[in-house]
Amino acid sequence: MVREIQFRLNGKDVSVICDPLKRLLDVLREDLGMVGTKEACGEGECGACSVLRDGAIVTTCMIPMGAVQGCEITTIEGLRETERGKCLIEAFADGGAVQCGFCIPGMVIAAESLLASNPHPTNEQIRHGISGNLCRCTGYDLIVDSIRLASERGNGLW
Amino acid sequence: MYDFKTLYEASSVEDALRLRKDHPKALVLAGGSDILIKLRGEEISGCELISIYALDELRGVCLEEDGSLLIRPLTSFSDITMHPLIKQCVPVLGEAVDQIGGPQIRNIGTIGGNICNGVTSADSASTLKAYDAVLELASFEGIRILPYAEFNLGPGKVDLRPGELLTGIRIPRESWEHTYGEYIKYAMRRAMDIATLGCSVNVRLTADKQRIDRLRIAFGVAAPTPVRGRTAEAAAIGHALDAALLDIVGEGSLADVMPRTSWRASKEFRLHLVQELARRATIAAIGKAGGTIND
Repeated sequence: MVREIQFRLNGKDVSVICDPLKRLLDVLREDLGMVGTKEACGEGECGACSVLRDGAIVTTCMIPMGAVQGCEITTIEGLRETERGKCLIEAFADGGAVQCGFCIPGMVIAAESLLASNPHPTNEQIRHGISGNLCRCTGYDLIVDSIRLASERGNGLW
Repeated sequence: MYDFKTLYEASSVEDALRLRKDHPKALVLAGGSDILIKLRGEEISGCELISIYALDELRGVCLEEDGSLLIRPLTSFSDITMHPLIKQCVPVLGEAVDQIGGPQIRNIGTIGGNICNGVTSADSASTLKAYDAVLELASFEGIRILPYAEFNLGPGKVDLRPGELLTGIRIPRESWEHTYGEYIKYAMRRAMDIATLGCSVNVRLTADKQRIDRLRIAFGVAAPTPVRGRTAEAAAIGHALDAALLDIVGEGSLADVMPRTSWRASKEFRLHLVQELARRATIAAIGKAGGTIND
């Protein structure tokens, strides 16, 4: 069973015809070419496939397309065009937060989600904010430092 | 794509009830954070599904005329944690569901799904049990009001009859007023982990804040289903706030639990946790209620 599902992706109206149980992750990567959203665990454990749905961070491997109808989805491709996204990406680069890079799109989305609700988080709050994202390279310290750096530099953005 | 037979997408509560009646074996898909993972892992396959994720009328929290706090079942964990009425009436429930998974899962998972899965480790379950929550189960036969205490029939089995849909979770005014609670989740990790043991305690003190007027306690993963510690509760009524009270609550809790050994922890360790978490949660709840524990 397929049907038309309409939603907004990075500020543009899109419409896809698919099974309502198809994962948002697969539609983003395979049908819409948004390959910045990564698949790793596929079961909501690692956060690599995170996007914002109506401003709330979600793992797209657990989101059926039926639950996307009428929603606003922001992927890393959309976020990187914004002032907030640029600030985060520069801070991640300058802070040495990136090693292999696979978790980073999800981490940046998690950082955006955190700073949007709490522009000046403590280290503890940053760790809580990225607790749904796994990184197997860095040991997290440089990611935490980089999110704090973005928070300091981006005064007023969030 | 997943191995399922048919997906029926409900467009209204009435539509969902009709689908529930016509397809009694179909699973209800709410947030999807459990069902989609089980489908992917082929723990379930070939099933029929009824999605209710589009039913916005089943989302939200409100205070009814009689002071009952009504939580609609599709409310996500993070919306519960952030809701002003939850913070005002049962902040412990918001704190408990804020310990589920990570931020992503808390934006997806729903409190109704957490309850209807019927697992003993559900982080919302012990607090809802300890607050004597009442469930509203709708069907074409009408509304059935069921105390949550009677909902769990066994591991993963709940008293949701064919044709029924959970449409509301109520905490009566008498149950939350002047009542302060604490939930402690003991797990190996602070995020993305299932409780080794969960304990939720709430207390209402006497007007002079010297004695227990009412103490309620419930545990997750201490038995095949979430359970109340009725023995400890009965012994605590009217008790002074002292060390003896903590002994009564800790040791008394052992009477109502029957944990098992699993790969997460042994039965013996869980029995230790039952006593220790009961004590600690009681101390914290009394503190929130403005009481002081005397030696």
